[in-house]
Amino acid sequence: MSTFPWLLALLIVPLIGAAIVMFLPKNSPALAKQFGLVVSLIVFALTVGMALQFVTAQAADFQFTQSFSWIPAFGVNFSLGVDGIALVLIAMAACLVPVVMLAGWNDVDGSQGSVRGYVALMLVLEAAIVGVFAATDLFLFYVFFEAMLVPVYFLIGRYGGPRRNYAAVKFLLYSLFGGLLMLASLIGLYVVSARMTGVGTFDFTTLAHLNIDPDTQKWLFLGFFIAFAIKAPLVPFHTWLPDAAAESTPGTAVLLVGVLDKVGTFGMLRYCLELFPDASRWATPVVIALAVVGIIYGALVAIGQSDIKRLIAYTSVSHFGFIALGIFVMTSRGQSGSALYMVNHGFSTAALFLIAGFLISRRGSRLIEDFGGVQKVAPILAGTFLVAGLSSLALPGLSSFVSEFLVLVGTFERYRWIGVVATLGIVLAALYILLMYQRTMTGPTPDEVGERVTDLRGREVLAIAPILVIIVVLGFYPQPVLDVINPAIDRVMHAVNASNPAPEVAPVAEGTQP
Amino acid sequence: MSSLLAAASFETPTLEYGQLAPMLIIFGVAVVSLLVEAFAPREWRRGIQLVLVFAGLAASFAAVVMIRGTQHIAAMGSVAVDGPTLFMQGSILVLAFIAALVMAERQVDPLGDAFAPRASALPGSADELAFTQLGWLQTEVWPLFLFSVGGMLLFPASADLLTMFVALEVLSLPLYIMAGLARRRRLLSQEAALKYFVLGAFSSAFFLYGMALFYGYAGSVDLSAISDALTANASSMWLVVTATALVSVGLLFKIGAVPFHQWTPDVYQGSPTPITGFMAACTKVAAFGALLRIMYVALGGIRWDWRPMMYVVAALTMIVGTLFALTQTDIKRMLAYSSIAQAGFMLVGVIATNQAGLSGTMVYLVAYGIATIGAFAIVTLVRDSTGEASHLSQWAGLGRKAPIVASAFALFLLAFAGIPLTSGFTGKFAVFTAGIAGGATPVVIIGLIASAVAAFFYVRVIVLMFFNEPIADDSVSVVVPSGFTTLAITISVGLTLVIGLVPQLILDLANQAGLFIR
Repeated sequence: MSTFPWLLALLIVPLIGAAIVMFLPKNSPALAKQFGLVVSLIVFALTVGMALQFVTAQAADFQFTQSFSWIPAFGVNFSLGVDGIALVLIAMAACLVPVVMLAGWNDVDGSQGSVRGYVALMLVLEAAIVGVFAATDLFLFYVFFEAMLVPVYFLIGRYGGPRRNYAAVKFLLYSLFGGLLMLASLIGLYVVSARMTGVGTFDFTTLAHLNIDPDTQKWLFLGFFIAFAIKAPLVPFHTWLPDAAAESTPGTAVLLVGVLDKVGTFGMLRYCLELFPDASRWATPVVIALAVVGIIYGALVAIGQSDIKRLIAYTSVSHFGFIALGIFVMTSRGQSGSALYMVNHGFSTAALFLIAGFLISRRGSRLIEDFGGVQKVAPILAGTFLVAGLSSLALPGLSSFVSEFLVLVGTFERYRWIGVVATLGIVLAALYILLMYQRTMTGPTPDEVGERVTDLRGREVLAIAPILVIIVVLGFYPQPVLDVINPAIDRVMHAVNASNPAPEVAPVAEGTQP
Repeated sequence: MSSLLAAASFETPTLEYGQLAPMLIIFGVAVVSLLVEAFAPREWRRGIQLVLVFAGLAASFAAVVMIRGTQHIAAMGSVAVDGPTLFMQGSILVLAFIAALVMAERQVDPLGDAFAPRASALPGSADELAFTQLGWLQTEVWPLFLFSVGGMLLFPASADLLTMFVALEVLSLPLYIMAGLARRRRLLSQEAALKYFVLGAFSSAFFLYGMALFYGYAGSVDLSAISDALTANASSMWLVVTATALVSVGLLFKIGAVPFHQWTPDVYQGSPTPITGFMAACTKVAAFGALLRIMYVALGGIRWDWRPMMYVVAALTMIVGTLFALTQTDIKRMLAYSSIAQAGFMLVGVIATNQAGLSGTMVYLVAYGIATIGAFAIVTLVRDSTGEASHLSQWAGLGRKAPIVASAFALFLLAFAGIPLTSGFTGKFAVFTAGIAGGATPVVIIGLIASAVAAFFYVRVIVLMFFNEPIADDSVSVVVPSGFTTLAITISVGLTLVIGLVPQLILDLANQAGLFIR
């Protein structure tokens, strides 16, 4: 079984599924949705099968590797493989796609685009997500990085809310701009590799072992980093995210914020740090500053939002600040916290967006002020929303707590005061989540809410339940995920030549450690 | 060549007919085609012309394939038959074949085809009306087309400046006429023709002047002799620099590089759309071929002198083309400015002055040419009662009316924007890689930023077609074309995808073409 091409199957199955969906009869949207759900469940099953074959002891190495020559003239190979971090991210994506399909069963029925198209785009997007995390050739990574944009662009632009055009174009242009900067660096890296080894290559492992001159590294780093900072998004590159998330359907928003944006932080961890270790250390102060600003700014702006979806989008800006912080403090705990956070944030944001989507579609409004007292008329909805919210604010016992705690401990080990400031983000998180809960779920029930907001239906409960279970399980027992992540984190730490500050030693002045 | 100019004694010229066959076939067919116009009955002409054109292009392409691998300067030192020449000739022939399919279309316009029944009739006159009512269709465009293609085949092959100048005129003069042949909006078309002719003549004069100065410096118009003179004698650099500048003006004009681009939008807009596609694709291949040959063969030794100038031209071309394209409301003008920007991207490959730059530019030319012809072919299909509906607002909601056509157009736009898995990305990647390897990193970065801006106006059209509601009145429709245009668009879509997905095929061809011989 170990020779089974797992990753290739994960790439091809959704693509074939998408192609078949387009040939299903036009007048039976339910069939397209059922088929799409089945395909995404097959992908999920394949992912589970792959995860069971994964050798945890060697999680630092790329496993299930496959390589085909694609464009020999540029030294490009179609190479796939996953380490521990990529594996958990693919698993998260494969878990979320069937969930959002089920949860958003009726979201696109009345829209201008066809249901078939929606399902097909979702499946294409799933393939692109698998590709972007599984690529071990930088050119291939770039191709998937850009190819991802196309389905998302159409998902927002055809199926989104009233300002979908604006949001779709803004999303595309920000991403394309970042992508082209990355392309500049990618080409630069290729030329550098051709100079240093005689043969230009895009192979990640080969490139990671080049000792590129630090000055060149800085330039190459910038292209990659800005692309990832836009994708993640870090403040000040974040303004596309609230628009895109608010205008898309809940399902698209989940995949966009929960999964696609992880490509940014994943890219920082895998590509920026390992390919450009010197430049990463050089950029650390600026990135940490941006991350901390993002944590505080995202949280403050979230508190001030009147639109539920924009609020959730801004909470993500704050959380991405935590993830970037954990990556760039260059400690093992910080980085494994960040990698775990990528998974946890995916699930808790998914729960928030989906339940908010249920709420919004019932009431027909995204404004917080239009709600109130929902817990009286829809207790299950309110209860699940509370659990999702508490996970988002990192309540102990729910999954985000573990990762946020690890990031903060990792930060504290090296930069005590930054850790203190970042902790403020948790306090603010309690504010924005609980205020939103209070305003929408408690208090008197307005008539419109009482008439229209009904409790969750069986399908919706079925979609949300697995996510809540995962949130609770990972909150109490994150060890299996950490076991898979940590060897890969050690590889990154080794590549950036960083060592953890020795514990139990008198405080070290900031920045004196390598 | 020099011996001919010296004219001391008369040598019998030796001509390598086999190696010149691609050009000889096209010129021969062009002459026959001219005779057909003179002697064949009106109702037979179209059939005969179409057979001649497509058979001629196919035969010429076969000749190119048969003499592949040749490395020889033929025709007494005036025609270089080498890898790059054959690659460009093959590309020009393929592109001309697709363009001819679009030109042969007679189903989309209820009045006939894209060309005026009698170009000499005054626009709006009684004569014109009479010819239109008679249903006369003209076929003179075919000999003009063939002569122009012949000139294009010779242009990148010219091994001396005089041959190059002759080729330039042979390719240009028919184009000037063809630009004025539009059936609809004839005044615009004639204005385009005149503008193209006057400015084209100007630029030819510049080219001629530069050639004279080179002759004064090197005592020869041979590209290799000029190169030798430059290595042997580094004095009188002002003469060389002036000559280089003047010759470059002539070529950059044909390419449509800033600041010699002003004719492009007017001519592209006014010309009959099938001709626009032909001109935009094939002329660019030929002119880049000639520019590359001069810069690499004759002036390779002094590249440190001309590269700064080309840096500026390339950067300006990318920036101006992109910024002006942003503000266009006419699809043909937008494509014209986009082709200016694309020329800027290709110039990055010229600046690289290495083999990767040469092959990258050639790949880019093919990718761009195919997408361009395809895009203009689709422009001919979107019509209202007065002809082509070229205002952008009329394209709103096209994705709803004609999803297949709109998807094909979207693919071409994505290729122009250089999105991965389309041909445009392959081309951009090739030239930008060569540019960075050749030390032109700042220009490449400007190019990438320009690409990001350019993506905006390409995407804007996609948004318009797919996300916007169609305009209320049902005046604009997508006409179902005959097999000619359908085939042209199918080939273009297919090649755009193939070059994007399996770029190795064309990259191998371009790399095997090797370098220019001297």
